[in-house]
Amino acid sequence: MSETKNILFSGVGGQGILLASEVTADALIEAGYDVKKSEVHGMAQRGGAVEAHLRYGERVYSPLIEPGSAHVQVSFELLEALRYLPYLNKDSKVIVNTQKIFPLSVATGIMSYPEGILDKLKDLGVSVYPVDAFQLAKELGEVRVVNMILVGMLSRFLPVKQEIFFDIIKDRVKRQFQDVNMEAFKRGQELVNL
Amino acid sequence: MKKNFLSGNEAIARGAYEAGLKVASAYPGTPSTEILEALTTYEGVYSEWAPNEKVALEVAIGASFAGVRAMASMKHVGLNVAADPLFTAAYTGVVGGLVIITADDPEMHSSQNAQDNRNYALASKIPMLEPSDAEECRRFTRLAFDLSEKFDTPVLVRTTTRVSHVKGIVYEEEPVKRESPSEIQKMPEKFVMLPVNARRRRVVLEERLKKIREFAEGFEENRIFWSDKKIGIITAGISYLHVRDALPEASVLKLGMVYPLPERLIRDFASQVERLYIVEELDPFLELQIKAMGIECTGKEIIPAYGELDAYKIRSAITGEKRSFFESVEIPPRPPAMCPGCPHRGVFYSLSKLKVFVSGDIGCYTLGALKPLSAMDTCVCMGASVSNAHGIEKALGDKARGRVVAVIGDSTFIHSGITPLIDIVYNKGTSTIIILDNRTTAMTGHQENPVTGKTAMGEDTLEIDLAELCRAIGVKRVTVVNPHDIDEVKRVLKEELSVDEPSVIISKAPCALLPEERRRKKPLYRVVYEKCTGCRVCLGLGCPAISWKSISEEEAKARGREKQKGVSIISEVLCAGCGECEIVCKYDAIVEVKE
Ligand code: SF4
Ligand code: SF4
Repeated sequence: MSETKNILFSGVGGQGILLASEVTADALIEAGYDVKKSEVHGMAQRGGAVEAHLRYGERVYSPLIEPGSAHVQVSFELLEALRYLPYLNKDSKVIVNTQKIFPLSVATGIMSYPEGILDKLKDLGVSVYPVDAFQLAKELGEVRVVNMILVGMLSRFLPVKQEIFFDIIKDRVKRQFQDVNMEAFKRGQELVNL
Repeated sequence: MKKNFLSGNEAIARGAYEAGLKVASAYPGTPSTEILEALTTYEGVYSEWAPNEKVALEVAIGASFAGVRAMASMKHVGLNVAADPLFTAAYTGVVGGLVIITADDPEMHSSQNAQDNRNYALASKIPMLEPSDAEECRRFTRLAFDLSEKFDTPVLVRTTTRVSHVKGIVYEEEPVKRESPSEIQKMPEKFVMLPVNARRRRVVLEERLKKIREFAEGFEENRIFWSDKKIGIITAGISYLHVRDALPEASVLKLGMVYPLPERLIRDFASQVERLYIVEELDPFLELQIKAMGIECTGKEIIPAYGELDAYKIRSAITGEKRSFFESVEIPPRPPAMCPGCPHRGVFYSLSKLKVFVSGDIGCYTLGALKPLSAMDTCVCMGASVSNAHGIEKALGDKARGRVVAVIGDSTFIHSGITPLIDIVYNKGTSTIIILDNRTTAMTGHQENPVTGKTAMGEDTLEIDLAELCRAIGVKRVTVVNPHDIDEVKRVLKEELSVDEPSVIISKAPCALLPEERRRKKPLYRVVYEKCTGCRVCLGLGCPAISWKSISEEEAKARGREKQKGVSIISEVLCAGCGECEIVCKYDAIVEVKE
């Protein structure tokens, strides 16, 4: 396990990226890896685009993912899946929540929301795993489990057992929400066929 | 040893706690804020938010004089504010260990400049440690207290955003037990910096530096990682981590102490490698000192002098490697914006209609400079809005009268806005100052401040009354308005701009993100589809909850307004019920949803 692996989280401030990346980091540490996670606070958080870098391996040095070397990107929003292309390469896996959140310029009709985002990604040769996580979360009866669905999908690419994730969910989530979070995680897992 | 997953900031707090820290003072500033927040959770540590960084450092100096371990933490520009006590604290030295944390922001993620605060170490002759990851943050902070007492000097610890906000595995050690002193010893020759004493301390300062320089030669955190000797790299802090990824085969001298430098160690390392590179973000701080030793090396000729580095930038600079990556595509940008229900919006909307010059300041409200509000015309540093406005007025005289407004947040006003307001009153200015009192220090994550009635440790305290404070300074015209009442804001603004004396408008309404505000049951607004004329006026508020929906020509015809291109809609998920859009819509098309 010498090579350091890179996971890029992207989305919009307030979408729960922090929690998702945190749960992932905890799981990887529990599985015995060294982990570094980089995020930015302050002005960037007010509804702007946010990204978090998570790197794991035997010994992680730099906390930042180099261009062209993200193994997996987890995008919490459709448009945000396109913002970090220089980090990807042909072997990258891109998990995309197809939910759209309009930036102000789009909301006010000055710019339009780009079409065909998933196709653009596929044309580059990366593997795309789309999910309407918001809809799925609604079906599960709890819109706040969007991030757990995405973590479930991500977990298919990680060398971490499901039980470890469940232990962490039990650790971090209030009792009455544990079941729905674990259910969401499982649904996410099922969505990715390797 | 117990492992935790902590950010650099949390690890600094942990290290300080383990070192027996007793008194901590800070002013919030990204990327340093979480240090003090984390400290409030440790038993036995007194932590406080000071009104500004100068006060924070002076509090820490006092605590150190009294014999306990003390710390002040701040962002890079905060150290400018605290520079006055910093330079003299180098002369007095310490009794209890004194550590100052400066958190720099090379990429300006959340800052107005990217100054390199390592220069302060050199200028103030204070030793500086530079950790590269969270575990080092803990260890180095702990060490810094020991060094402070060992050498009778304050010690600076410098981080950067990617150290402060990167989480990593951090180990725990037992906190040291320290006796609390029962009284403060008088030591005028050390504490009273009259010229006669200061001149003596100046000599002590030089001798001390000599000792620390000698110490640095064997300091265990100045380390060499030997490997292939074709390339040797001297580096520190975050750059060290990038270097290890960029060039795993290179030999590296990692400096844990970036000032003063271990000259013999550096010479020895330099003499054993074929080519020597200095890799550091921002200024050629190490490079200039190493070049001054007469050692040949390459640095800023190839390493970028601004912005954050990463492994690729370093590798391509040194080896010339060029790789191609997927190109970025043009997509709509997503800058941060004021939240739905933000109390600043009403003020900036009103200002944008008045065609005045807005002298701005630092906080969430700096976003008022962005479209569509575009109602901020300057932003220099904490408190500068007030003094800039006064300067503009004195420069232009009558021509500026009624056309210049300063806008400043509550916490920023307490930080550095009071003295310039005194300047205005004293020097017969006539500026209009708007204090945006949103009951918190919002941008940095909602810290308490002197107007909120709560301390950092969560205790109730006296709430400073801003209106009374301004009146006490001598401002006769002080008006408090509710910013969501846009018509009232405009009326008051026009009136205050027209008078020939200083005036203060306090825009008072809580930040929409405060927990109490989030819990409060609020009305919901919607656009009555039939009534909306598509005039777009409400979109000028820049509220993320309001969006534009195009309509077809047929639809427009059916509405009896052939030219109408679309309608506004309000997201019921996002609307925070401030009611501002209802006020600005001239067609009564926005109404409160009644249950
Ligand atoms: S201000 Fe009123 S009429 Fe104009 S676009 Fe907005 S809702 Fe429609
Ligand atoms: S009331 Fe109007 S301006 Fe206020 S949050 Fe709701 S949509 Fe935005």
